[in-house]
Amino acid sequence: MPAFIVHLIHTLFPKTVLFPDILLIDLGLVVGGIGLFIFMTKTHRWGWLWREWLTTVDHKRIAVLYLIAAIVMLFRGGIDAEMIRAQLALPGTHFMPAIQYDEVFTTHGTIMIFFMGMPFIFALFNAVVPLMIGARDVAFPRINAMSYWLFACGAILFNISFIIGGSPDAGWTAYPPYTGLAFNPGPGENYYFLALIIAGIGTTMTGINFLVTTVRMRAPGMTLMRMPLFIWSAMVTSALVLFAFPPLTVALAMSLFDRLFGSSFFTLGHGGMPMMYVNLFWLFGHPEVYILVIPLFGVFSEVVATFSKKQLFGYPIMVASILAIMFLSYGTWVHHFFTMGAGPGVNVFFGLSTMLIAIPTGVKIFNWIFTMWGGRIQFTVAMLYQLAFIPTFVIGGATGVMLAAVPADYQFHNSYFVIAHFHNVIIGGTLFGLLSGLYYWWPKMFGSKLNEKQGRVAFWLFFIGFWVTFSPQYLLGLKGMTRRLYTYPAGLGWHELNVISTVGALIMGAGFVALVFNIVWTLVYGERDLTGDPWDGRTLEWSLPSPVPEYNFARVPVVHARDAWWDMKQKGQSLAQLSPEDVHDIEMPRNTPVPFLLGVAFFVVGFALTFKWWPIAGIGLAGVFAIIIFSGFDYEDHHHLKAEVVRKTEASLGRLQG
Amino acid sequence: MSSVPLAEERDQKLPVEFADEKESINITGFWTFLVTDVLIFASLFSTYAVMHKAAALGPTSVQLFKMGPVMLETLLLLTSSFTIGLGVYAMRRGQVRALMLWMVLTMLLGAGFVSSEINDFISFAHIGATWHTSAFLSAFDILVGTHGAHVTFGIFWALTLLFQLKKRGITARTARKVYTFSLYWHFLDIVWIFIFTFVYLNGKIVP
Repeated sequence: MPAFIVHLIHTLFPKTVLFPDILLIDLGLVVGGIGLFIFMTKTHRWGWLWREWLTTVDHKRIAVLYLIAAIVMLFRGGIDAEMIRAQLALPGTHFMPAIQYDEVFTTHGTIMIFFMGMPFIFALFNAVVPLMIGARDVAFPRINAMSYWLFACGAILFNISFIIGGSPDAGWTAYPPYTGLAFNPGPGENYYFLALIIAGIGTTMTGINFLVTTVRMRAPGMTLMRMPLFIWSAMVTSALVLFAFPPLTVALAMSLFDRLFGSSFFTLGHGGMPMMYVNLFWLFGHPEVYILVIPLFGVFSEVVATFSKKQLFGYPIMVASILAIMFLSYGTWVHHFFTMGAGPGVNVFFGLSTMLIAIPTGVKIFNWIFTMWGGRIQFTVAMLYQLAFIPTFVIGGATGVMLAAVPADYQFHNSYFVIAHFHNVIIGGTLFGLLSGLYYWWPKMFGSKLNEKQGRVAFWLFFIGFWVTFSPQYLLGLKGMTRRLYTYPAGLGWHELNVISTVGALIMGAGFVALVFNIVWTLVYGERDLTGDPWDGRTLEWSLPSPVPEYNFARVPVVHARDAWWDMKQKGQSLAQLSPEDVHDIEMPRNTPVPFLLGVAFFVVGFALTFKWWPIAGIGLAGVFAIIIFSGFDYEDHHHLKAEVVRKTEASLGRLQG
Repeated sequence: MSSVPLAEERDQKLPVEFADEKESINITGFWTFLVTDVLIFASLFSTYAVMHKAAALGPTSVQLFKMGPVMLETLLLLTSSFTIGLGVYAMRRGQVRALMLWMVLTMLLGAGFVSSEINDFISFAHIGATWHTSAFLSAFDILVGTHGAHVTFGIFWALTLLFQLKKRGITARTARKVYTFSLYWHFLDIVWIFIFTFVYLNGKIVP
């Protein structure tokens, strides 16, 4: 029997007992899986799933896939957060073993950033970007689907670690030498490195795709300075992805090679240099922070203009400041480890560059406020998140400037002050922005508005829960509580604040439940929006019916002004009055199993490498190459949608004259 | 002025690989991909620069490098860049046989480069200089190895292109594929020039 089969049996049926809660969840997953299988078979949905979803290259469907994944991962990461807060609520608690606690805070951070935040952002990009620029799809539809399946494969690989037992436990940053074989011999960190490398390849391809889409695919007349700000933010984010992910891939690959193939990049012996990993990681990590927030600056710019019924204030300055943030974000990475001891000169440079970013960000905050000034503000849920974002983000930014002051950072470093700061900007900026965008574009994606009343409940739970959770953590940090702490003795004065923080986490959990209820309720009982423009919007996606037909635009629009759709409405024009001769055959990408199969092959490679099953990894790698070669020889990747079909669809939507 | 010119406004005299709007967008995409590849190599170069002196108990670069094979490799790779350039020239004049011949020659030169490089690595392993030995050798192996893996991948890519050219001749789509391959190949050549200068020449002088 080959050695890897013995190894396989040992891994899947370990002799040591796993944590009982994990066994319980495994049982639940198996039962749920069997239930789902029976349901799908009974209702004959496998063919539908394969044809409509697994092989799709339509950007609107890929958006839905990203969204589902993001919400599932928000649940997973949220459960982790509740577990962390349960462990820390009272002094001297042993809610879970220390090693499991390490695994939980590691997976919480990794999942929230890579498998919740980024796919949620890509869901919005996929749903809206082609519609906003008047395009029929992204530049490379097939690569877009590949990006999704590589991301999904990375996410599944990462989460399987938890089902089998032995999750990564070195924090979301995975610093060596602790991730080296000498200190961390199990498979846990292999999961981390492989999952992030595979998902990272997918993300890089998304960056390429959306950069080229926004640069080359815009409708005639949409010059750079007529692009909606969300498109600017998509363009800048893609550029950031392009420049940030290669160093991460290199750093992760080197760490993986140290573990799998015995190289000596970051080992303690043989001249290895662990700090080089830290530099490469944050060379990615700081731009990543802006990858996570700039798209939401774009969302807020659209939301605030729509619901204030005014053009965005200071558009050119907004564009300039987004570009300034992009450039500055590459020059700040050392502020994550001032305590490395690079010397006062280096630290001062990075401290100053960090503080400089506050200037363009402040400019944007003022511009959003001035957009509201004198406008007729509608307090929709999307707008409420925008209003909550401004003070939250300002305070998060101000504590960021405090952290950038080098001498003070020696005190703040590694404390709960840092935890409070980055949750303040990531929840206040990213999560609020994502939810704002979700409520804003939900009617465009699914054809009905999310229930506003329920949305308000979820909003207030999130907003209050956030502040109750994280303001005590600033104080805890100042009182000396360090991050990633397993437990603490009574009598340090941390007790009361931790209890408050845990109560806040429970309120946020209730907010998540309200959000999911809101979504499910709307899917079942939601009122169909027949106008396609429920918010009286300003940009081109609102000129289309909801949900949008497969080909997006029956006739590609010509853009004459910045808020193109608003401009058309003012002039009494509409895209709905097509005459039949305006409609021609449309070339559309054809559905293909290639991206899905590529994801499967990559998953085989990743899972096999985690346990060093070389023969299986070889088979998977051969599969990857076979699929890529097959794709290269496949010239039948598009089909022509007949004008007759388009006319019929448009007529059924009441958009065709005569 | 629109930044995306309408089809009728486009210059009709564009080379074959740019003439079709869709293929032209593909070329933009490939340039963008090359940006990420540049950054992969930049990260590897910077790691090498930091770890160059970390030879631990293993050989230093002055002791290890042999310039003879490196000169040969340089000659082979630079020549292959010239031949693929001639291939694209032939393609633009519609000569499919000439294009395929130049591509075969390019692949042969690339294969010569890779085999000489593998030979180098085997000789290093014989004297016990593997990437387990020191951080310097780890950084050297991954930098030069990544480049070598790119060249190897390129040879197989060119092979699949030959089959497509044989079957379909020079169309907008095959021409775009050959053109992006040539971009990739020139890019690897430029990376090699940096490896030759900063790794080998510099490493032979500075211990």
